Amino acid sequence: MTETLLNIEGLKTYFFTEAGIVKAVDNISLNVRKGESLGLVGESGSGKTVTALSVLRIVPKPGKIVDGKIEFNGEDLLKKTEKEMQSMRGSEIAIIFQNPSSSLNPVYNVETQLRDVIMAHQNVSKVEARKKVIELMGVVGIPEAETRMREYPHQFSGGMKQRVAIARALACKPTLLFADEPTTNLDVTIQAQVLDLLNDLKRKFGMSLVMITHDMGIIAEMTTRIVVLYAGHICEIAKTHDLFEHPRHPYTEALLAAVPRLDMRKTLRVIPGNIPNLIEPPTGCRFHPRCKYATAFCKEAIPVLEEVESEHFVACHEWRNIELGGESKQ
Amino acid sequence: MTDNVLVEVKNLVKYFPVYSRGILLKKTVGRVHAVDNISFDIRNKETFGLVGESGCGKTTTARLILNLIEPTSGEVLFKQENILEKLKSAKRKEKMKIRRKMQLIFQNPYGSLDPRMTVFDIISEPFIIHKHVPKKVWKEKVYELLDFVGLEEYHAERYPHEFSGGQRQRICIARALAVEPEFLIADEPVSSLDVSIRAQILNLLGELQDRIGLTYLYISHDLSSVRQISNRVAVMYLGEIVELADTDDLFKEPLHPYTRALIQAVPIPDPKTKRMKIVLPGEVPSPINPPSGCRFHPRCSEAKPECRKGTPELVQAGPNHLVACYNLSP
Repeated sequence: MTETLLNIEGLKTYFFTEAGIVKAVDNISLNVRKGESLGLVGESGSGKTVTALSVLRIVPKPGKIVDGKIEFNGEDLLKKTEKEMQSMRGSEIAIIFQNPSSSLNPVYNVETQLRDVIMAHQNVSKVEARKKVIELMGVVGIPEAETRMREYPHQFSGGMKQRVAIARALACKPTLLFADEPTTNLDVTIQAQVLDLLNDLKRKFGMSLVMITHDMGIIAEMTTRIVVLYAGHICEIAKTHDLFEHPRHPYTEALLAAVPRLDMRKTLRVIPGNIPNLIEPPTGCRFHPRCKYATAFCKEAIPVLEEVESEHFVACHEWRNIELGGESKQ
Repeated sequence: MTDNVLVEVKNLVKYFPVYSRGILLKKTVGRVHAVDNISFDIRNKETFGLVGESGCGKTTTARLILNLIEPTSGEVLFKQENILEKLKSAKRKEKMKIRRKMQLIFQNPYGSLDPRMTVFDIISEPFIIHKHVPKKVWKEKVYELLDFVGLEEYHAERYPHEFSGGQRQRICIARALAVEPEFLIADEPVSSLDVSIRAQILNLLGELQDRIGLTYLYISHDLSSVRQISNRVAVMYLGEIVELADTDDLFKEPLHPYTRALIQAVPIPDPKTKRMKIVLPGEVPSPINPPSGCRFHPRCSEAKPECRKGTPELVQAGPNHLVACYNLSP
């Protein structure tokens, strides 16, 4: 078994709003291995982004990490001081956000933004840093780096901006990269370019990649292991292949059946109802109001993750009693 | 065949002028070729899909058909009547009659509903304008429309912010149906919704078509949903239609290199089918100075010298299959 790079145990991140406590991430445990591509799948409000922000300890107010342990390379990140954390961000753990137009600073040119990251973490002169910027822009596939680095983010197209954001995230060769819906705002052909780039860079730098998305297509293509989140809880953890072939959680099954496919036309099965409100989440299993297999017991007890076969975990009371169809059986 | 056609678009062109800076002496310095000489027809009770990347003119086409903006040239026939001319010359009453037959659903149900109106007011507003429903049956009619789109009667007294994205889109659909249209343009109706909700709306659109015989123009950049819902599909690139065919034909045997690249760029939610690696290089060029000849030639791997010179026209390449490319294998 490969080594664990990041280990999250019992993470609880709550948002203390005026309307009540939003339990965005509620008791989540997962790990990321060295060099792997892990997928975090879920819909809006499932807690996938908040998990990433918690690891970097940049949860915005009024959010707070209430409980849990986040071990990175054996060190507990929650025990680190803010200063120690700052030196980790960017150099060890980095993140790419969904919308590059708002994650890049509009008043600095690209060179300054990339150089700042390099100079903050590495002891290099401005001239050396500039050389690295040019090299970096070449790596992420921005042509004519020397002229383009003097331009400002608004002069770049969406795909190019995302490349700049990737360059910034990779500037100090982090060992763990979170990619939070990195292609949601991009056109499909540009999305394909960016996904390929991420794959290449991951191989080149040997880093671990955590891909956060709701797009089952991207997940199938990019990852080797998947964590499915629903309303702040983990439903299922499995290898990508197993998850698509034999989903064990009713939510995973329903999600797969609800996504249209390009290579065939199928009847879309609808998941009834809406995503629950996290101030007063459903009791017991959070998916039970929308689950067709739910029993009275599901309303009462919160299911825990059980290993159903090697490396396949599911949090469902009913998994022994139900027969679920995978993508290929439809 | 022609009597089966509901909407006919003939040589539609829309150029937006680009002005130089300055207040007094504004000069036109260029034109954005948003829609450039496109023709197609939409048959009765079918779903016609229009796909393309951002900026290719999909939404402009929709707005031109509804005459929300005036075309530079070209005509739109609705039931063999030139509605653009009619909307210009006819009396208000006549205009309203045409408007009633064609409706639009927007991408963002958060922006297209007035937050200060109750759902009842929103859905009954068309009754005030078109006066086609006597006031004493308004309530009945609103309830009927709510039921049509899968909402409950008590929802009528609520405000848009009390609803989730999917429910809001249902309200938008109910409002569009309030005037009993024959033709509905859906501009990216599911793009801003969560995956588990998208299937609900796509299925609803399908059901409504079966029940009241609507004709749709379905506009989207998401090829999977287009495949799911459309009977025929037109692919747009930089203001032009490059391919038009029956849905299954188009996805099984795409003839235009752009269509092929577009289809191959979409990740399939199944880890067993790996995406073929033909990643389209570069980006969509600016529509202000579109490339000469075939507009796709700078990115096309099969471009020949003649592609740079002449503009290929849409020609029949099979039954119900039109394509604009010089490179068709005989």
